[in-house]
Amino acid sequence: MNRLTPYAFVAPFFILFAVFGLFPLLFSLWLSFHQWEPSEGLAALRWVGLENYAMGLTDPWFIQGLGNTVWLALAAGLPQHLVALPMAFFIHRRVHQGRDLLVGAYFVPYITSSVAIALIFMTLYSKDYGLINVALAELTRLPLVGAWLPLDAAHLPDWLGDSAWTKPAVAFVVFWRYLGWNLVLYLTAMQTLDDEIFQAARLDGAPPWRQFWSIALPQLRPMIFFAVTLTLIGSLQLFEEPFILVDTEKGVARSVMTAAIFMYQTAFNDGDFGTASALSWALFALIAALAWLNARLFGKGGGHA
Amino acid sequence: MRSRPPVATWAVLALGALLVLAPIWFTFVFATHQRNSIFNVPPPLGFGDAAGLNFELLLAALPFWRNLAISLYVATLTTVLNLVLCSAAGYAFALLQFRGRDKLFTVVLGTMMVPSFLNMIPSFMVMQWLGWLDQPRALYVPAGCGALGVFLMRQAALQAVPRELLAAARMDGAGEWRTFWSVVLPLLRPALGTLALITFIASWNNFMAPLVVMRSVENYTLPLALRAMQSPNNTEWGALMLGSALALLPLLIVYLFSARKLVAGIAAGAVK
Repeated sequence: MNRLTPYAFVAPFFILFAVFGLFPLLFSLWLSFHQWEPSEGLAALRWVGLENYAMGLTDPWFIQGLGNTVWLALAAGLPQHLVALPMAFFIHRRVHQGRDLLVGAYFVPYITSSVAIALIFMTLYSKDYGLINVALAELTRLPLVGAWLPLDAAHLPDWLGDSAWTKPAVAFVVFWRYLGWNLVLYLTAMQTLDDEIFQAARLDGAPPWRQFWSIALPQLRPMIFFAVTLTLIGSLQLFEEPFILVDTEKGVARSVMTAAIFMYQTAFNDGDFGTASALSWALFALIAALAWLNARLFGKGGGHA
Repeated sequence: MRSRPPVATWAVLALGALLVLAPIWFTFVFATHQRNSIFNVPPPLGFGDAAGLNFELLLAALPFWRNLAISLYVATLTTVLNLVLCSAAGYAFALLQFRGRDKLFTVVLGTMMVPSFLNMIPSFMVMQWLGWLDQPRALYVPAGCGALGVFLMRQAALQAVPRELLAAARMDGAGEWRTFWSVVLPLLRPALGTLALITFIASWNNFMAPLVVMRSVENYTLPLALRAMQSPNNTEWGALMLGSALALLPLLIVYLFSARKLVAGIAAGAVK
């Protein structure tokens, strides 16, 4: 065998990564220390040191964007796990017939295009005629439920048009999209659990919630850590759902403008590629730091649950 | 005492599944209604008869066939490139001996950590310098050999290719390329199927990459074109829903036949 042949097999990956991955990354790091007017070519680059970082990170819009990102990450991320975990436990223990069908249904949103999702939710969220508000209006007319609902049929939420409601509306779409994904991760992990311990617990008369809380949860810790880390990383770079759902031309879009959206607009609307590059590296550093912190607190060798 | 039969919980799970699928159902339902019937109280719950009309509106609003063709072209080329390049790399990482192999594979895994937003701005500039803006190659070339694909193919090669078979092929005097092409690739076929599905779906749905590099509506992929079709006041929602439904349909059909394989493949890629 020619000594170089194996390198020829793996070369395409590294060539593509060098040209379209590594080089652009290094260039953007370098650019983040420069001010640049793109129309004047590379000669117009001017070294500004950390000025882009200082400017970008103290920009009130960026700070608001970070706040929105964290809000959406918590509101969309936590429920994903709080629902997916017990659901996976129940499906694993009790659902045998039709399990693929059930799990398959919950997974559909994950393989669906974000644009198609956003478009249908825009109609469902519509203030006067959207199915969601029509259903809510019906609910308020029911005797008992209606009195309990804090809503008035005449003033239903303008989900995507009123900044008081845009965040929960966007968070729900993100939750809806990734619930099935987490369900699949947790089911995969549960298949590796030892069944005998559950049978022993049942013989001892431990109720299902007890089996879930005291046996399944501790054993699933590595997977919970892993799945939460994925959600953390994914939701801090949230871009597509809010970007498509709420027209960025409208003022209300600012209420769901995430850090990644602000970065995009700094580059492609304002043409300030230097500051945008600085922001993207700052966001990357933040995500890396949080992932590291998460690993220290909850990962292997961390505190005991 | 044995626990109660969990009929109630079962019902909740099934109801939840229906709610999860409801938006997809309504995409198809609204695709067959005109705008004024979609925005009505109550909105339509079943199919209407305006699909043909909506299709005419869609063709009038967008170069729909061209957008569809570009999406298909990009997704197909991305998939073919990944099948060939990732399987070659995965095979080498799994079964060939060479200096620096494990370090290089760690690099492959490391590249998966780079979030896509970090690459967004500089890759736009690279495309500008190459003169690739607004061209499909700006989409399928950079995505031509994904790290996830290399990883999945390495796993598959480790599991599915017996080393004795490789030794026998070499004894028979087959060169490395021939061994790869006629011995290894056929054994990797199931894994290649999973990789093809994952790659095609990811490319078909991709929004961020085409958003940055595609400039003119004729060169938009389907998701970009559908997004561009909205206008502040008089969006033809029926036509838009029809376009959306047509973009969803191929995915749903493929998913119907391969859900188990696809879900397992995606989960394996994530869990590593």
